Amino acid sequence: MSLADDLYRETILDHYHNPRNNGSIDNASATVEGVNPLCGDELTLYLNVSPTGLIEDVKLMAHGCSINTASGSMMSEAILGQSVERAEEIIESFKNMMLTKSDEVAFEDELEELEALRGVKKYPVRIKCALLPWNTLLEGIQTAKSTKKE
Amino acid sequence: MSNLDVEKIRQDFPILDRVIDGKRLVYLDNAATSQKPVQVIKSISNYYEQYNSNVHRGIHTMSEEATTAYEGVRETVANFIGAKETCEVIFTRNTTEAINLVAYSWGRQNVLPGDEIVLSPMEHHSNLVPWQQLAQEREAKLVFLELTEDGQINMESAKQLIGSKTRLVTVTQMSNVLGTITPVKELARLAHQHNAIILVDGAQGVPHLKTSVAELECDFYVFSLHKMLGPTGVGILWGKKEILNAMPPFMFGGDMISSVHRDKSRWNELPWKFEAGTPNIADVIASGVAIEYLQNLGMDNVREHEVEITEYALKRLGEIKGITIYGPKDANLRGGVVAFNVEGIHPHDLGQILSDSAVAIRAGHHCCQPLMKDLKVMGTARASFYIYNTLEEVDLLMAALKEADKVMGHVACR
Ligand SMILES: Cc1ncc(COP(=O)(O)O)c(C=O)c1O
Repeated sequence: MSLADDLYRETILDHYHNPRNNGSIDNASATVEGVNPLCGDELTLYLNVSPTGLIEDVKLMAHGCSINTASGSMMSEAILGQSVERAEEIIESFKNMMLTKSDEVAFEDELEELEALRGVKKYPVRIKCALLPWNTLLEGIQTAKSTKKE
Repeated sequence: MSNLDVEKIRQDFPILDRVIDGKRLVYLDNAATSQKPVQVIKSISNYYEQYNSNVHRGIHTMSEEATTAYEGVRETVANFIGAKETCEVIFTRNTTEAINLVAYSWGRQNVLPGDEIVLSPMEHHSNLVPWQQLAQEREAKLVFLELTEDGQINMESAKQLIGSKTRLVTVTQMSNVLGTITPVKELARLAHQHNAIILVDGAQGVPHLKTSVAELECDFYVFSLHKMLGPTGVGILWGKKEILNAMPPFMFGGDMISSVHRDKSRWNELPWKFEAGTPNIADVIASGVAIEYLQNLGMDNVREHEVEITEYALKRLGEIKGITIYGPKDANLRGGVVAFNVEGIHPHDLGQILSDSAVAIRAGHHCCQPLMKDLKVMGTARASFYIYNTLEEVDLLMAALKEADKVMGHVACR
């Protein structure tokens, strides 16, 4: 078995070849761009947040590698319909999983699919690829929050 | 077959025996940095074991030995690049620092508002960003040459773009992405017709092509030793003596002065005027060994070998369905750098999966983001060859690419 089998598991390839919530939103409450300086990969994230603070819609336009695209696709599924606070929790636990050395951090059942990305941790240069959509989302949530206040 | 005894050469490179996950390394990332022969590696330890001392300031035996060896490399470099005078050779850290030296020293003295700096759209960031900064500061303008369909400089449009406002033309001798070898001499003549000068980024040139600055008719020539068998940390700025003499120093301190008073100082003469502080003595000396290694092989033989391997790589890669290969199709018009994309497989994924087969290539923008925009891609994969690479290694690259296609779900052949 090659090392790659670990990284390129079926779930990841499925999301890579058929990314969920792919596209754009006109007049989104937040539109943010993320860049991975290592490879120049770009990502645009569109977010619609309701007045009550629910993520009503999220769309991603990614031109990235499989890890980047799959991570964004899974993220969009995990946060769609959630409250902003809950989304922030999910981001936190995902980043925690990617950035802590140990494998002790486990996901709650409903986020189990994100487990597929755990293999990325073995390839330190690729962690940035997996994190790009999540950091971009964090920024999008900040933007949505601050525009709401105005 | 070329005149290089590749099997014998390989024995000089200990790293080529490296085994990664049970597979022998296939090193195809030479445009990023080359590997080093044992002669170069030994030269470094020999210096530290036998005669480590500072240059230009001791009268003890070891200091004299170090100074003689260090200054001797200046001569080796001058010979290797066809420079008329040894004092025209200045040691820097790398290509990037050499370009910055010119941008700060010559640029700030000579570039005025409204002036134009002409460059190619395939410059490495290190031959673009320093000029962007200078242009912003001086309200000068960057003018980009145009490329033909297959990535060569469009000389017809160059004749229009280089004109009376041009102060500087700055181009790579060989593109680190497209492999394109640029017509430096014609560009130099165009620049000189308009009283402009020309800087040539030789980072991908002199390691692979027989190079004479006199024949290129350029005014500045810059390169890095780590891309030509030498250690990291050594670059060269060559410049015409008249131009260098008229330039102010770039950095100030020890070594670059001839006399210092409390309130003023006088600058040392060339080349030391541009070498402030203790230089990278061990690595400069080892760089001389690297150049001698290439001289022994003969640069014509090096080139012949690279054309052969590039021709083969272009042919084999062309067999893959859904592949795009960038740059000139004819190996005689390009260097041993082959950038490509396989449809449906992101270069990052390709690089990663190839790495599992111990095949080292580069994936990404290769420090040429504007060129990537022109090519309408985020990045490319890139294989680049040198004196120790073999045709069998191209076959191993092919096998690894097929494996990548399999891992990614046969997207390329779908
Ligand atoms: C064409 C070209 N110019 C400049 C550079 C920069 O060289 P260095 O990083 O040694 O300064 C490189 C190296 O990647 C290059 O390929």
